[in-house]
Amino acid sequence: MADAMKIRAQLQGDMADVKVLMFHPMETGLRKDPVSGDLIPLHFIQRVVATHNGKPVMDAQWSQAVSKNPFINFHIRGAKTGDKVAVSWEDNKGEKASIETTLN
Amino acid sequence: MRTQLPPTKSPVEKSSRRKFLRALVLGGAYAATFAAGWLRPIQLLAAEWNKAAFDAKVLADALKSIGATSATESDQILLKAPEIAENGAIVPVEITSRIPGTQSIYIVADKNPQPLVAIFDIAAGLEPFISTRIKMGESSKVRVLVKAAGKFYVATQEVKVTIGGCGG
Repeated sequence: MADAMKIRAQLQGDMADVKVLMFHPMETGLRKDPVSGDLIPLHFIQRVVATHNGKPVMDAQWSQAVSKNPFINFHIRGAKTGDKVAVSWEDNKGEKASIETTLN
Repeated sequence: MRTQLPPTKSPVEKSSRRKFLRALVLGGAYAATFAAGWLRPIQLLAAEWNKAAFDAKVLADALKSIGATSATESDQILLKAPEIAENGAIVPVEITSRIPGTQSIYIVADKNPQPLVAIFDIAAGLEPFISTRIKMGESSKVRVLVKAAGKFYVATQEVKVTIGGCGG
């Protein structure tokens, strides 16, 4: 899943501005397939964890009401050049993805 | 006698070869990133995905499930959301908490089929700031709760939704 997510982290002084885009349908279970008319089953990211040099800084729990192809932006304090920022997600079907970047 | 020059590669061919090589290198880098991510066990701050809270169909039940039956209104929670959202499928929400010791930020859309949208647990290394995009089924309040030192604080904003973003 090389296209599961994108990350961009920019160092602003000692703060890292991190933007993450995840490619996921985030199906609510309420939407009908336009062809068959059947309901499309629930399929959404439930858990998102961000780490700074391996240490967790954010642990999010989501419902199906986070928009399709979720976007999050957060700020890490005490960051410096060479630090690693990683984000991973897991959905309700057990599918997972993660991405890591190095601050520069 | 005419000399035949060897056919030179057109610029188009060259650039597509370059693109292919670049894709190959990038692909490798991506693969390495994912391999690293898989191998590292990630320590979680919260225990379990809060099923009871996310399944709750009415606001009061959702708030009860997260332990926020009483919350103090606070102007120290800055909530940025559009007054009118043309597309309920993509409603940008930006939250900054100035409440000292902010541990968790909760996003709730009061009239969604399941009101609780997201919980963000925040460790010391993170600014109490989150920007994301949510779905709203109909016009309602967006409610942001902040948990700090075991207490709940709240800020709300009315968002008018032109086209709902849950079914379709």
